[in-house]
Amino acid sequence: MGMVTNLFVKDRVAIVGAGITTFMRRALETPRELAWEAARMALDQAGLTLKDVDCVVIGSAPDTFDGVHLKGEYLADGSGAIRKPMTRVYVGGGTGVFVPVSAWWHVASGLCETVLAVGEEKMSPAHPHPQYVFRYIWDPIIHRPLEPNLIWIFAMEMRRYMAKCGAKKEDIALVSVKNKRNALDNPAAQVAANITVDDVLKSETLVWPVQELDISPVTDGAAALVITSENVARQVTDSPVWIEGVGFTLDNQHWENRELAFPRYLNYAARMAYRMAGIERPWKEIDVAEPYDPFDYKELHHIEGLMLARPCEAWKLLKEGYFNRDGELPTSPSGGLLGVGNPIAAAGVMKVAELFWQLRYEAGKRQVKRPVHRAVANAWGDLMQAGTVIVLGN
Amino acid sequence: MSVSKLPGTKLSSKEMYSLPGLVESAPQAKYDFSAGPTISRFLQGLKEGKILGRKCPRCGRVYVPPRDYCEYCHVALTNWVEVPDTGTVHTAVVSYISVRRERLEKPEVIGVIRLDVPGYPPNGYEFAGLFHRLCVPPEEAMSDEVIGMKVRARWKPKEQRTGSILDIECFEPVR
Amino acid sequence: MTQGRTSTSSSTARRDLWEGIAITDEFAPEPIGGALRPTFTVPGDGLLGVAHAYMLIRSGLADVVAVEAHGKPSEIRTLQDVYYMAFDPLHVRPLPTGNPFFLAGLDAQAYMQRTGASREHLALVSVKNRSNGLKNERAPYSARLTVDDVLSAPYAVYPLTRYDIAGFSDASVTVVLASEEAARRFTDKVVWLDGIGFSTETGSGAVEWHAWGRMLSMRDAAFMAYKLAGLAGSPSESFDLAEVEDRFSFMELLSLEELMLAKEGEAHRLLEQGHFNLGGPLPVNPSGGSLAMGVHLEATGLARLLEAVLQLRGEAGPHQVKGARKAIVATWRGVPTYTSAVAVLSAG
Repeated sequence: MGMVTNLFVKDRVAIVGAGITTFMRRALETPRELAWEAARMALDQAGLTLKDVDCVVIGSAPDTFDGVHLKGEYLADGSGAIRKPMTRVYVGGGTGVFVPVSAWWHVASGLCETVLAVGEEKMSPAHPHPQYVFRYIWDPIIHRPLEPNLIWIFAMEMRRYMAKCGAKKEDIALVSVKNKRNALDNPAAQVAANITVDDVLKSETLVWPVQELDISPVTDGAAALVITSENVARQVTDSPVWIEGVGFTLDNQHWENRELAFPRYLNYAARMAYRMAGIERPWKEIDVAEPYDPFDYKELHHIEGLMLARPCEAWKLLKEGYFNRDGELPTSPSGGLLGVGNPIAAAGVMKVAELFWQLRYEAGKRQVKRPVHRAVANAWGDLMQAGTVIVLGN
Repeated sequence: MSVSKLPGTKLSSKEMYSLPGLVESAPQAKYDFSAGPTISRFLQGLKEGKILGRKCPRCGRVYVPPRDYCEYCHVALTNWVEVPDTGTVHTAVVSYISVRRERLEKPEVIGVIRLDVPGYPPNGYEFAGLFHRLCVPPEEAMSDEVIGMKVRARWKPKEQRTGSILDIECFEPVR
Repeated sequence: MTQGRTSTSSSTARRDLWEGIAITDEFAPEPIGGALRPTFTVPGDGLLGVAHAYMLIRSGLADVVAVEAHGKPSEIRTLQDVYYMAFDPLHVRPLPTGNPFFLAGLDAQAYMQRTGASREHLALVSVKNRSNGLKNERAPYSARLTVDDVLSAPYAVYPLTRYDIAGFSDASVTVVLASEEAARRFTDKVVWLDGIGFSTETGSGAVEWHAWGRMLSMRDAAFMAYKLAGLAGSPSESFDLAEVEDRFSFMELLSLEELMLAKEGEAHRLLEQGHFNLGGPLPVNPSGGSLAMGVHLEATGLARLLEAVLQLRGEAGPHQVKGARKAIVATWRGVPTYTSAVAVLSAG
């Protein structure tokens, strides 16, 4: 895979501000207003204004949710892209982490000094149910005639993980329990709750083995980050959070030709990011992580893809409390998608924002109990294809 | 973050649908999808009761579903081969909801079938396979035994085949 | 740099509603050799993908980047409706505007009023480009037209007739960019991307903030590209050819002014004098532009880039501009956006 460490990066790149809206099932605000709220908050935290921003990167997943084609253009002014260089990036659900990843090269290339990175999603406009949009993600010729529902593909992956790794439903449900409980301390959270494994196992079975409480909700929300060069970072803050590694991979679309128990696309992306960050043993060197958790088993899947646990071992460590906020390697201290909500592109940005606050010891009640220096977040997208990874350090 | 109240105004479903100035928009987005030369041939094969795969002239990998080019060698695939319509179950699930998130009357059993196509290591990460229905009752689909179970395609009768993935009704256990 | 060679592929120009697939990024990697490699989608004109490639290479993250863009409008049965979906759902979509290109009509009107260009001048652009296209095997809409033909056709959207508007065509274009060192491993005939610029003037939800009859995003993008390219003299003297936006005839004239290849309000006069003809001092759209080649949705910018690259390599064939050493490429993303991208190229 030969990913070379960049030798010619002139400046280091840092995150200096983050903003987030409430995550909710239905927002009154329009998509542009949501984007604006998050962007403004991020700029305020950084002590900067729109005049200081050189470039804008927008992330938003299927246009069909918000109901606007060329959604990046639509969100432009809300995201601050007025007479500014702006692009939108897109890797399905992986977009949330990919937004700061691509903001990284905007700064590292020397083209832009300060970048506003915005993730926004408004799923509520889709009628009768946002999930219907997912009808159109399948290969139109050989898959769609079977009328697959999005949850089918997750269920198939979850089943395979259970079969291969010996994990049971009650083991996996612990992720939902952990994350929803973590979310109680998150003011943005949509579905924070104190639930038990039993609650999960008693919830409606949608596509066995997936049940209602195994899944993150449909959400409207936005999140934003301000990313700058070291030069600007040191002027605006005493505690910049460095982007030390970026990685991304896109596997082919034939998920029916792959071992579903392990996300190799994520593994490749993780190796790319760790190599750049100079991390050789992530399970030892990472202090806190935000693995993407649209479904509870997915967090375990991703923990293994990120090499924070060996393949098929994550569920065992979970049972021991290893990934709790007061554990060895806290994961999803924000409450994750399962607890905070899943406005697709914004969710990934939210996870990166959480690590930003964690690394500055500004996460309040959510602050993990151990010292933190290196953190990793990932997002996943498309048909079990896209892996995007970012490694941060303070 | 230190703020306790974040921006954003929540609405209930009732509130959302009774907003003044609510705009409903249902534009038409209709497309014609050409199957392309490769999948067209594949569908033709299904009509004839065969599962066709395509072989890479350089590395010998047989792709099902077939592709135009080899993913690894990036060369055009040329040879068509007929592959066995048997395989093993890689994963299986039971769906109780429709595409529109409504409760189904009869649950559906679907999964991924790893076809018996030679050339792939037995426990390798990649294999030739298909996503399709399984003709097993839901209780059996949920049992441990179904993973790795041997299955064979149950074809629709010749007159009913149209050149579609649905020409295979499902994959049924080889008992 | 080192022994390891990095390849990153970036696939662009897929917008879900152009494709009919809710997450078109899923189908991106394979055709471009990007499966299981760093691949992503930039929803936007192909030139925006080139901008990302530039940044990827400049940042040192990649040595070689492939950028692909395609458009298959022939498969979109309800193209007009898909265009409507790009309009602001609250303020614009509910209006009975008939043809989504009304926005271009408004810009054309404002441009003509500001500069004194007439419908005849606009028609001349179409005549020139469709005629140029006759020498280009990639130009399905090339034709021998007269100004009269253009003007006597009924209005599609005032003041434009159907000949002022480019038709749609299916196409796919891939370009491969590399760092200087990597490039020398592949070829002796290098075409340098000296500068790239891109900018958005305002969002499609705030078109009322757009400066009508101008394309400020193109001017901003041009400044950015010129700065990177270290352009010293006047842009109007710096290039041997220009491949610019012309999906609406007036856009070619407006683009030339925003790119500072002609003074404000002067483009139509220079056009009249034959300044931009194939044999003139600054051939504009020697390929025939979109008016002759068609609009392939997000691949349009890469088509302009492709034509410029062929010219600089001396491989353009019958429509070759002799001695072409420097070229400029400019594209707009089309109605209802106000996003543009500009690239400055030179032969190595």
